[in-house]
Amino acid sequence: MNIGTRKILDRSFTAVGIGSIVVMAVALMIVVVPIITNGIGAVFFTGTVEHRKMLFSEFKRGDSENLSSEVASSERYRAKVYGMLTGFEAELETMAPEKKAEYKTKYSEVRTALQALLGPLPGDQEPMLTRFKYGQTRWEKAEEKLHDLLYESKWDNSNPEVMAKEYFVSRAIGFEGTSLVKLFPYVKDNLDKMLLPEFTVYWGFITDSSVDSHFFGGIWPEIQGTFFLAIGAMLFAFPLGVVAAVYFTEYAKPGFLNSMLRSANSTLAGVPSIVFGMFGLAFFINTLKVSESKSVIAGALTLAIMILPTIIRAAEEAILAVPKTYREASLSLGSTKWNTIATVILPAALPGILTGGVISLGRAAGETAPIIFTAAVSVGSAIGLADVLSSPTPALSWNIYNLASEHEAAAQIRHVQYGMVLALVSIVLMLNLSAIVLRARISKKLKG
Amino acid sequence: MDARESSGSAPAQKATRDMYLPPERRKIADGGAAHISAKEFSVYYGEFEAVKRVSADILSKYVTAIIGPSGCGKSTFLRSINRMNDLIPSCHTTGALLFDGQDVYGKFTDEVLLRKKVGMVFQKPNPFPKSIFDNIAYGPRLHGVNDKKKLMEIVERSLKKAAIWDEVCDRLDKNALGLSGGQQQRLCVARTLAVEPEVLLLDEPTSALDPKATAKIEDLIQELRGSYTIMIVTHNMQQASRVSDSTMFFYEGLLVEHASTAQLFTNPKDPMTEDYITGRFS
Repeated sequence: MNIGTRKILDRSFTAVGIGSIVVMAVALMIVVVPIITNGIGAVFFTGTVEHRKMLFSEFKRGDSENLSSEVASSERYRAKVYGMLTGFEAELETMAPEKKAEYKTKYSEVRTALQALLGPLPGDQEPMLTRFKYGQTRWEKAEEKLHDLLYESKWDNSNPEVMAKEYFVSRAIGFEGTSLVKLFPYVKDNLDKMLLPEFTVYWGFITDSSVDSHFFGGIWPEIQGTFFLAIGAMLFAFPLGVVAAVYFTEYAKPGFLNSMLRSANSTLAGVPSIVFGMFGLAFFINTLKVSESKSVIAGALTLAIMILPTIIRAAEEAILAVPKTYREASLSLGSTKWNTIATVILPAALPGILTGGVISLGRAAGETAPIIFTAAVSVGSAIGLADVLSSPTPALSWNIYNLASEHEAAAQIRHVQYGMVLALVSIVLMLNLSAIVLRARISKKLKG
Repeated sequence: MDARESSGSAPAQKATRDMYLPPERRKIADGGAAHISAKEFSVYYGEFEAVKRVSADILSKYVTAIIGPSGCGKSTFLRSINRMNDLIPSCHTTGALLFDGQDVYGKFTDEVLLRKKVGMVFQKPNPFPKSIFDNIAYGPRLHGVNDKKKLMEIVERSLKKAAIWDEVCDRLDKNALGLSGGQQQRLCVARTLAVEPEVLLLDEPTSALDPKATAKIEDLIQELRGSYTIMIVTHNMQQASRVSDSTMFFYEGLLVEHASTAQLFTNPKDPMTEDYITGRFS
């Protein structure tokens, strides 16, 4: 090969390498940027007086004097809306029956939109669900709801060749000639005075319990459940994995059984996590009966089985990477095998073992499938340490799935879903960072 | 080949103090009894016979050098004395190797106790990634010394014996890997001395060191001479002649010649030895 071709090959290989890194970075950005921006929006957002009302009555937080003056000022503007409604209801009674029926449906749509925006209207029954007790707590949601009030959504089916197209019709036109027509511009102009938006930092999103199936945030039970499950899994898997790795590397005699065990271990590392979930249900709950039904301990054990192969592999590699000279030095000083392992080999292998452990910890925190059948519930309160043997727990990974796909108001709580995702990503990232720091520290200590 | 065979598998030479020592050194060797003695001793790696029916007596408190070309089995022989070859699964031995009259490879031999008495320093300095103090205290701690004061005494004594105390006394808590190669090697000697062995096996202790550090190690061996039975494997024939009382010449697994250093280097009996020490092959 001549020098020119060689250089071209070299350069094109470099280009492909850089290209693939760029593609990866872009893909990562596409995923991570919305998670961060939307997730941060769960804690930092423009909150309305309804948010503050919710905090005060659900969690007894906030300044009651300040709040009552705010409520009074917003009620002053709302009173006019309520007045218009009663006025129109009276007008409705005087109408001819067929006209009355036509307006009644339209009017009930307006009422529903107003309820969503401002909370229960005067004369409404006390709502059963907490989410209907308050109007919009977030200003950007309120603006969406205002649009729903001002415009009726219709679908254009005229052309069967193409998909139906949504278009909006102003509701005000429908009420032309009645007293209600003035309501629409009034609400539009005075919405900020009725909802009093201001910049809000809602740390309670992270530290509160969930109210009405996460409608207002509150993901502490999930965060705590995630920690319980991941740390519980580590408590089982880490000691077991390190001992198994020591056995494989130091004690096992090469042979059929040993190679079978090793390949079984490698195979286990590649088993889909849902299989571990089914196994956990069948083995820990149905056979061993570690708990009546789902529980943290059953989930932790299942996760432990799942991460065990990874921990064994990482620990094995770390132990094998310890220079042979350390072993020789220790043995030549009259050390027993076990002493050599405990005082020289394991300390020297510690950075690698810990890295494997923390990566597994991150995986245990993030896995969904193993805990579906063994530990996770969609809504629940934070459980105490004493309850881990019997109680199931909500957990971030499972609740992200649940809120995004099975929640009855999934579309309205996108911010909660993103907040949860950001929390989970941050936890896993934090764990990995701490692993890097720990590793660096120990390596530095070893290198002197 | 025949010549070598015959000298290698010759019946064990009766060890007497006069045999190996120049007269001025005779008073040092007390008793002159064989400390280590090999009888028709062979070491195999699987099928390969790395040490072939060696018979020899190593006298107590002597410095014995082992020379020979690469792959001649000298390191294997050395490492079989404190059973470091046990680490290699395929390694096994025949014949007898006696240490203090006891079979090293006997059924009831405790290799841990053996290694406590037969210390070893390796080719590459291999301090633990621990502090200097912990490196030296490692052995004593293993053998049950936990008293801080007593450990300090042992550490100081060992470091002084290894002639490195002055260089490290003010940084005992620093990591041993921060020392220079020569210092590390002397630290390893000190670490071995801390368990108070009877025998010191040195496996090419200076081959990874510069000439200055090598000189220091050689001085150290001179210091320790007379207190320990020392065996040193070396490629450097000047070194062997400088530091040792007796010398063994190995070739292809056979012990070709074993005589006092002065005799072996000035008047070798075997033509192979002469060829080797005069540099005709290596």
